[in-house]
Amino acid sequence: MHNFCQTRRVFGALIRIDSVTKRYPDGTVAVDRLSLEIPDRSITVLVGPSGCGKTTTLRMINRMVEPSEGTILLDGRDIARQPVNTLRRSMGYVIQNAGLFQHRTIVDNIATVPRMLGWGKEKARSRARELMERVGLDAALGKRYPYQLSGGQQQRVGVARALAADPPVLLMDEPFSAVDPVVRKGLQEELLRIQSELGKTIVFVTHDIDEAVKLGTMVAVMRTGGRLAQFAPPAELLSHPADDFVEDFLGADRGMRRLSFFPSGGLELLTTPIVAIDSTAEQIAARDTAGAPYLLVTDMEGKPLGWGEPGGLRAGDIRPEQLLPHGRPFVAGTESLRAALDCAVLSPTGWAVAVDAEGRAAGVVSQQTIGEAIRGAHAEGRETDQGTRAAPVTKVAR
Amino acid sequence: MNGFFDIPSDLQHSWLGLIGLHVREALLPVLFGLVLALPLAQLCIRFRWLYPPVLWVTTVLYAVPSLAFFVVLIDYTGQTELTVMIPLGVYSLVVLVPAIVDGVRSVPQETLAAATAMGFGPLRRYVQVQLPIAVPAIIAGLRIAVVSSVSLVSVGTLIGNQGALGNLLADAMFYHRPELAVNSVVTTAVLAIVLDALLVGLRVLLTPWMPRAARRKPKAAAARPEPAPLAPEDAFN
Repeated sequence: MHNFCQTRRVFGALIRIDSVTKRYPDGTVAVDRLSLEIPDRSITVLVGPSGCGKTTTLRMINRMVEPSEGTILLDGRDIARQPVNTLRRSMGYVIQNAGLFQHRTIVDNIATVPRMLGWGKEKARSRARELMERVGLDAALGKRYPYQLSGGQQQRVGVARALAADPPVLLMDEPFSAVDPVVRKGLQEELLRIQSELGKTIVFVTHDIDEAVKLGTMVAVMRTGGRLAQFAPPAELLSHPADDFVEDFLGADRGMRRLSFFPSGGLELLTTPIVAIDSTAEQIAARDTAGAPYLLVTDMEGKPLGWGEPGGLRAGDIRPEQLLPHGRPFVAGTESLRAALDCAVLSPTGWAVAVDAEGRAAGVVSQQTIGEAIRGAHAEGRETDQGTRAAPVTKVAR
Repeated sequence: MNGFFDIPSDLQHSWLGLIGLHVREALLPVLFGLVLALPLAQLCIRFRWLYPPVLWVTTVLYAVPSLAFFVVLIDYTGQTELTVMIPLGVYSLVVLVPAIVDGVRSVPQETLAAATAMGFGPLRRYVQVQLPIAVPAIIAGLRIAVVSSVSLVSVGTLIGNQGALGNLLADAMFYHRPELAVNSVVTTAVLAIVLDALLVGLRVLLTPWMPRAARRKPKAAAARPEPAPLAPEDAFN
């Protein structure tokens, strides 16, 4: 069970957790002989049911909890031998509900650690304003107090505050669990964007497996009693759960989730069943034999309007409101097979519409074709499992 | 010479002089109580087991009537202002310790965790995070302490005329001048109200970060996801 950490070494490990146990005086074992190599410049997610010791593990990294046994090395140095407050100031910390200082303005909240590190007031504040921009906050909010911000905005401030002194490590303890799903999605994407710019070593705790799969470069699944169940990249987790517990934790639609890691770039798109709204009768007739039961009608710019039956489209009199809705199209190449399949399933015609980055129709594809692509990807996945894994497609998709 | 503001000469003060004396005798003990309560409260927060016995002792002290206090103290401090101020200081302490402890404890767990995680030591955390957030609760305690202190000073008239405005009550009986009693009661009440209002003003000044629910109701309420709990006294403002 504990040798997962030795299987792969993607980056130079920055944080090394070495057979760490946390036992409380009453005998409860929160973390049990946990070993993890948390890779540099990537997001490692600790995920598991409540009581699995994931938060305890996180708090041992900045010594808010001291391990009973074992050591934690930061860049090869034992953290237990470093001055605790210096150690903490080198690690950003983000928690649920942000934990902002309600008595300080947003700018002063963000500037807290730089000020403690002895920066001048103006330098710290200008750094804070710079960070507000980075996390997508209007600089005008800087003079406000936390109570004047929404939950999502407060959480962004929490992230900015953690980043203020440019620490190499970011510890995040269920940072997005208290906000609504729409805001959460925005925050997750923002985090991925910030991470792609800054390249921190992020340790992220969550109980939400979807969040883990979406954000993690590596995912550590922990089980009740503080033991590690599996440590693997998300794609591998979904394709090869280590045991029944992990499989169960991943949930029933593991197969669907796994599709997120297959690119849609290889899909063969049909362009023949597409007609513009101003097409002539001859053009429509010429499309008729294209092999699709319906024709996709686009506007003058090529953006999809809806599906029409070939016999029912009369040149010069195609009214968009009479067409069948085409559902949410997927972006060809950028989005995953999961998005493509989702489009096809939701489409009343059973065909998915692919668009380019500008939203113009790039082609259409049937459920059958997508199904074949999935089978192909699975076959390929089996071959490449021994080698390097494909980067998850969802990481770049919006 | 029978005017409302004609203070008998045996008091050796003008009306304004009596007010000044009263303010000093009322506020110095509160200040003394606050200076003592801050570290004591911090100890009670640090060592949780300490709080119940401290609360118990202070409550028992609070139950001692001020007159009994004076009688005991007269042997040591004589018929002086100090004899009046010591019990008042103790009463302030009794009110302020729980106010500070509860105020500091009401600081959200995640705020404390965030402070610790950012590398705040215990002292820095207490002074820069816990105390400022506890200001509304501390001022709520100060308001009670100040008002009760202002009213209790009058009792000092029984020990060598150390009751400031309260001395007017004795003189009212002595000289058969009921208007002096009215003066004493009204002035004391107005003084308490003014000092209380000053404390409310101080709180507003110190806590720009607190949601002011009463002033801009509907819009602010919608924009605020988790309003901090309002101090109960806001209902009376």
